[in-house]
Amino acid sequence: MVNTKVLGYRRENGRVGIRNHVIILPLDDLSNAASLAVANNIKGCKAIPHPYGRLQFGEDLMLHFRTLIGTGSNPNVAAVVVIGIEPEWTNMVVEGIAETGKPVTGFSIERTGDIGTIAKASWKAKEYLQWASEKQREECDLSEIWVSIKCGESDTTSGLASNPTVGNAIDKLVDMGATCSFGETSEITGAEGVCKERAASPEVGEQFMQTWREYNDFINQYKTDDLSGSQPTKGNIRGGLTTIEEKAFGNLEKIGKKSKYVGVLKPAETPSGPGLWFMDTSSAAAEAVTLWAAGGFVCHFFPTGQGNIVGNPIEPVIKLSANPLTCETMSEHIDFDCSAILRGEMNFDETGDKLLEYMVRACNGWLTAQEVLGHDDFVLTKLYRSA
Amino acid sequence: MIQFLVHDDTDSVGVATQDLKSGDTVTGLYQASKQKLELKALDDIPLGHKIALQDHSSGDGVIKYGHDIGKVVADIKKGGHVHVHNLKTRRW
Repeated sequence: MVNTKVLGYRRENGRVGIRNHVIILPLDDLSNAASLAVANNIKGCKAIPHPYGRLQFGEDLMLHFRTLIGTGSNPNVAAVVVIGIEPEWTNMVVEGIAETGKPVTGFSIERTGDIGTIAKASWKAKEYLQWASEKQREECDLSEIWVSIKCGESDTTSGLASNPTVGNAIDKLVDMGATCSFGETSEITGAEGVCKERAASPEVGEQFMQTWREYNDFINQYKTDDLSGSQPTKGNIRGGLTTIEEKAFGNLEKIGKKSKYVGVLKPAETPSGPGLWFMDTSSAAAEAVTLWAAGGFVCHFFPTGQGNIVGNPIEPVIKLSANPLTCETMSEHIDFDCSAILRGEMNFDETGDKLLEYMVRACNGWLTAQEVLGHDDFVLTKLYRSA
Repeated sequence: MIQFLVHDDTDSVGVATQDLKSGDTVTGLYQASKQKLELKALDDIPLGHKIALQDHSSGDGVIKYGHDIGKVVADIKKGGHVHVHNLKTRRW
């Protein structure tokens, strides 16, 4: 497949989005109620509630800010209303998002109360939503669409078919000059040596190994058993996956046959150029996709075996599966049934192209299964306890 | 009709692409070389689960994707079901 044209929203900073959300973003758990009330008042806005933002400190606080600012800055978002309990941290998020040039305003609840804040924020949300509603899609290159990849509730059909289908599409996108990212640090355990070899330089490979070792040390510090049931999950095991090593080699099928990753990103960090990037993420689906959305990725490929149903409020997830039982019993969740590979009826070049066709459709406005099913699964990564 | 697939020519297990019945002679395909192989299933093996392509003894490695994916903890006969009851991670 050649670099084709898609219809996206070109934002103030030049980045291309494929959705046009106006979001109501709470700084903290206390501001969820007001954010949800605003989104209820102004139909078409989307509140993104979450459980954190109070008394965090150090690297964990930096990740909180990076994730919220990144979420608001994502090109799939046209404008943002931020609501926080107090003004200082609220303004830090507002100022971070404002660097993109998009409209953003913050409101704080102390010395106003929920009702007054909801009223003021609703007026601003109304203004933003009507402004955004006149934004037009324009022709963009497919390579301008940043794609993240992660699998979930994998089984052996993932390694046989749906993951290598993603890999084929990623090789083609990277060839076009696109920006793509994989991650799931803990889930590369067993195949870390193979992953290291896929780095574009020895320095990047060593950086990956350092990131992987830190995650592995953390698991070894807190584990109480061999993690069977957690990683691999009970669903993985039900689907035939036995060990983390087996899961890891299947996972790596997603990065294709030839693409080399050019750098290692911190969680929710934005890449500085095109190519394939490794991001240090949890292997839990909603946590990981939330981090990629905050890093600026606008479209996600999600292969599943047993049927992980994850979505994201701002980054559309395109779901594919090769497990015929999953495609039959959970068809409302699966965008692309690639079980033809298992029957020998299609090859990876064909299914990779088919996945890119789904991507083009999603870029042009087609709503994916998770979007119409309302899977706004926004989950912040928390590194440690609050103070 | 292919009933199981094998990733790499050096693998010691295949993956059932449909439910396999104990006692049936089943046909598999190596994804890499496109060569076919046949063996007798010794257990019922559900879709997605692994079938041994050779005998494995306790302490052996199981090879899939051309790599070691864990250690055998109970002997496995050729055609047997390979899963958590006889294969464990070497990590964690």
